[in-house]
Amino acid sequence: MSDIATVVPPTPSRRGVNIKPGLRWPLGFLTAAVIIFLYYYLDTYFRPAIPDVLHNFVATWLPLLPINEALIYAMAALGLNVVVGYAGLLDLGFVAFWAIGGYTAGWLASGFFFNQDIRFFGSAFTLNQATGGVHITVWLVLVAAGLLCALAGVIIGAPTLRLRSDYLALVTLGFGEIIYEVFYNGDNLFGQNVSNGNRGISPVDSIRFFKFDNTGAFTWGDVGPFDVLSKFVFFVILTAIVLFASLRIREGRLGRAWLAIREDELAASMMGVPLMRTKLSSYAFGAVAGGIAGVAFAVHVSGVFPDRFRFDISILLLAMVVLGGMGNVWGVTIGAIILAWTNSTGLPKAQSLITDSGSKEEVGTILALAGLGLIIAGVVLFLRRRTAPLLTFIGVPVTVIGVVLFAAKRDVSFQFLIFGAVLIIMMLFRREGLIPEARTRLVLREPGRTEAEALGADMVDLAPELERLPDENVHAGGSVPVAPRALTGEEEAR
Amino acid sequence: MSHALQTETTAALKADGLMVRFGGLIAVNRVTFDIPVGGIVSLIGPNGAGKTTFFNALTGLFELAEGQVLLGNKDITGMAPHKIAGLGVARTFQNIRLFGLMTAEENVKVAMHGHLKSGVFGTIIRTPRQRREERIAHDEALELLDFVGIGKTWDEYARNLSYGDQRRLEVARALALKPSVLLLDEPTAGMNPRESAIFTEFVHRVRDEKKVSVLLIEHDMSVVMRVSERITVLDRGEKIAEGGPADIRSDERVIEAYLGKSGMEHGA
Repeated sequence: MSDIATVVPPTPSRRGVNIKPGLRWPLGFLTAAVIIFLYYYLDTYFRPAIPDVLHNFVATWLPLLPINEALIYAMAALGLNVVVGYAGLLDLGFVAFWAIGGYTAGWLASGFFFNQDIRFFGSAFTLNQATGGVHITVWLVLVAAGLLCALAGVIIGAPTLRLRSDYLALVTLGFGEIIYEVFYNGDNLFGQNVSNGNRGISPVDSIRFFKFDNTGAFTWGDVGPFDVLSKFVFFVILTAIVLFASLRIREGRLGRAWLAIREDELAASMMGVPLMRTKLSSYAFGAVAGGIAGVAFAVHVSGVFPDRFRFDISILLLAMVVLGGMGNVWGVTIGAIILAWTNSTGLPKAQSLITDSGSKEEVGTILALAGLGLIIAGVVLFLRRRTAPLLTFIGVPVTVIGVVLFAAKRDVSFQFLIFGAVLIIMMLFRREGLIPEARTRLVLREPGRTEAEALGADMVDLAPELERLPDENVHAGGSVPVAPRALTGEEEAR
Repeated sequence: MSHALQTETTAALKADGLMVRFGGLIAVNRVTFDIPVGGIVSLIGPNGAGKTTFFNALTGLFELAEGQVLLGNKDITGMAPHKIAGLGVARTFQNIRLFGLMTAEENVKVAMHGHLKSGVFGTIIRTPRQRREERIAHDEALELLDFVGIGKTWDEYARNLSYGDQRRLEVARALALKPSVLLLDEPTAGMNPRESAIFTEFVHRVRDEKKVSVLLIEHDMSVVMRVSERITVLDRGEKIAEGGPADIRSDERVIEAYLGKSGMEHGA
């Protein structure tokens, strides 16, 4: 993970048709994937080649299974990023597409429809089986899930996308819940069993893909539930496809239309952008990525279970997008990987560390109270002094550590406390996300030219073909020379 | 562009008995109006006269209570705004409405949305056709930015452009629709007299080189009198006068609308 996180940020890409965007991030992604693959290949088949220290460390902090899950989260978050980050439509029910993708895999690649017997390039395992079911190769199921999710996106979007901001968010939230309830109670939907209810559908067929035999030799065949390394490659490929598509679509006609809608819906429609169709396409595009993530997840856990598609996943996905940096695919990818890893590995391992360390419950209590005191002091002083936020800044982590120490001892789940604290800190100190889109950083950090002028900035160069003021610094780095008289008090002085 | 090549007698855009109602309020009351092909005409009137409402009605933003809008010979009444825009009615906004966090070039390219054809898969795979299309769009955008005089700042975010440049960018963006009719809503608002003077030249140049018919809403009388071939005056949603600059200047109802009855006495 750290390989990805420490990649050098890309040079600011020059927009334009014939200028190639920087290749650093894609190469970083690829390098990280290759390193992880090589390590686990050696670790699995040539165990003596890895020093014990390294093996133990990685086995504790970076197991492969959570990495796979993180990649799946990244796919879904990238899909959500198209809707939220590109087109600016808040979606609180994105897990619905994940669920639909998952159940597509459940329907088309398992023994669920046992009285049917349809086989199409399924895995050898399912092909030779005597029991019935629909067994279509997972590669085709991916396509089917994409199509179904796109369709679902359009069906849901058509009536709801006429709404704006808050209303849209509420409707999508409702939609996410509806899909969950439908699948959860789907064992008796008007007398039909469509989802096995809360038991879920399992096992889902394996993929036909390359894998390794016991000696580590390369073979082609059915990837079993424990061929985690093959699945890792499979997920890396899928993530790469979603990444690639998100990046490319952004630079084209549709991507521009999405951004335009995000910026100013009315002006966009006046410039010939059909609002409904463009919004629907962003919804459909995101839904396809969500569907692919759904199928990937079904492959990951070899099954589909409704409990995996609850509302908190929607929020987690949204947190990934916001944390990483809305609109920036690399930021979102990293945000997704960090949060998924924290959720699956970081926090549980930290908890067991605390439990084993023999620290006292009282230490946690004292720290938590002290931190709370700092926060309260910060909030109270904030009303008067500018330096007071520092107290809050220190207080929040101290409280969190204290509560974590306390909770870990009592064996209480505290991951949402951490997420909440992280989001609060992010919103206070870095609203634009870890690796923000250049545009978003601009709007949050610097006043626009007209805003600056409204503040009284002295910049009158309205007629460009007349002699221009030497204002090179205006364009350097997008900064604006703000000399607001209103702020410097010059106005009052006169 | 094909509309512009029709005979001189045809109107580029014709509004017939246009009426816009907001609840009980009649904002535009049965206004009949046309923009001659290749002409520059102005719409003036005191604040609240219904000028911008009239604009919004023409561009499909408001539903008409009555009346008909013809673009050339095509009835565009009740069409969706993006369709009307696609057919060649472009506009700018009274309070600049650019896409602030997109570059000048991207702003212009957004308006080419309707002309470009590449779909989702073409864009992802980057087919030769899509590349060519994007290259042409890029060149055309730069050409338009050069035309309005801000070619050097094509890579700059719209929000970082100076006020005057933003106004120009709005015009460039509108022109990217390849319109036959260009509607400018108070284009010289916030400009000083010298800039306004330059702007009137600019409007003529746009009309001549881009072969568009222009309708202006304008407050600055010096601009209106200099640039317009015909002026229409609205007051409280009704058309009260129409004619050349000289006629309007001496029209009693216009003076009354602007200055009130007593003002007319003093003015006379």
